[in-house]
Amino acid sequence: MDHHPSDLLKAPLDRRDMLMRCTGWAGTAAIYTMGGGVASSISLDAALAGSFRHGKNQPFTFLQISDTHIGFDKPANPNARGTAIEAVEKIKALPFKPDLIIHSGDITHLSKDEQFDDAKQILSGIDTPIFFVPGEHDLLDEKQGAAFLAHFGRGTKGNGWYSFDHGGVHFVALNNVANLKPGGMAHIGDDQLAWLQADLAGLSSSTPIVVFGHIPLWTVYEPWGWGTDDSAQALAMLRRFGSVTVLNGHIHQILQKVEGNLSFHSALSTAYPQPAPGAAPSPGPLKVPAEQLPSMLGIRTARFVRGSAPIALIDQSLA
Amino acid sequence: MNRFSFNARRIAVLIGFVATAGSFVAVDAVMAAPAKTQSVAIKGFAFVPHVITVAPGTTITWTNADEDPHTVFANDKSFHSSALDTNDKYSFTFNRPGDFAYFCSLHPHMTGKIIVKG
Repeated sequence: MDHHPSDLLKAPLDRRDMLMRCTGWAGTAAIYTMGGGVASSISLDAALAGSFRHGKNQPFTFLQISDTHIGFDKPANPNARGTAIEAVEKIKALPFKPDLIIHSGDITHLSKDEQFDDAKQILSGIDTPIFFVPGEHDLLDEKQGAAFLAHFGRGTKGNGWYSFDHGGVHFVALNNVANLKPGGMAHIGDDQLAWLQADLAGLSSSTPIVVFGHIPLWTVYEPWGWGTDDSAQALAMLRRFGSVTVLNGHIHQILQKVEGNLSFHSALSTAYPQPAPGAAPSPGPLKVPAEQLPSMLGIRTARFVRGSAPIALIDQSLA
Repeated sequence: MNRFSFNARRIAVLIGFVATAGSFVAVDAVMAAPAKTQSVAIKGFAFVPHVITVAPGTTITWTNADEDPHTVFANDKSFHSSALDTNDKYSFTFNRPGDFAYFCSLHPHMTGKIIVKG
């Protein structure tokens, strides 16, 4: 990667300072936390009020942005470029500076060089390192992924996977959109699974893990391909860890599931919404009245407090 | 993909020459035969019709009617389109008898089959 995460940790904000800055927008944000295997919605104040302990795990904040689909101009959102810019402006206006941002794929709509370049230009407005995984829309070039690797995947392994550590958290970036099989769903593949096993092998089970990939790693809705064929093998490797947060995009809506110490969360797109699983004849772009669209697009803030505590996720719409 | 149908016709002409030992009547009959074409719509994240049976030499044209891009990708990789955006088309001529299963490489739950029967 161009940016090594260990270089990123700058002096974190004091908690009280953080609280003061955040309460202003808490009222408009949905907050989800996981504790004891149960998902619950709490206030941002409560999320931030957890006591901090000294140790290698320092509190920090990161963001998730997803499914920018630069190049999309269909009726569901004729100006996906504009809403991506709005998301960037929203990030720049946050009352704190995140340590890093993850983009969970479908950066572009059709993998064209000019769309990758445009995405780069739009995102360059953010002064924070961004870590990417590809979506299936990013592998549509003739060589099925070479363009993504050239634009956003330099220094990654295989067809775009890697890991890094930040603030005591181990981040794993997976590509589950390459070499998809007829009749199947998303696919991680044997090479990537072998790498994952080796990558996790040296970690203590108390290390908090954040996994991000494009298509959900749990089966949201098989008839629409919303799941990953071989995710069970990856999840088996992750179960020994005390806290595993799996973040994905692809389905353009907020959904979550908790399975023991594993919690799964899909994020909003900045481009267009999609129907709830099975709620429409097909998963195509959902056309909603123009005034309703901003409320169905958005970004996500993740606040990591300490090792065993849940990561607090705050989904914020563009409305 | 007119190149394919043109080649197919040229091969048919050659076969006509050999088989009929110079009978121009037979060649003319092949030349005059209308090009066989069939359409498959890509609509609502499905190939419609899902399975289609055609004669050898038939050119199939897929047209994407969805807002989402799709591809036509042979399971055995013997043919594949690039990404088809809304209203984009892709054609392929099936000269060889057999079953040709294909899928959308973006949305692999979308599958279809061309059965070519002589």
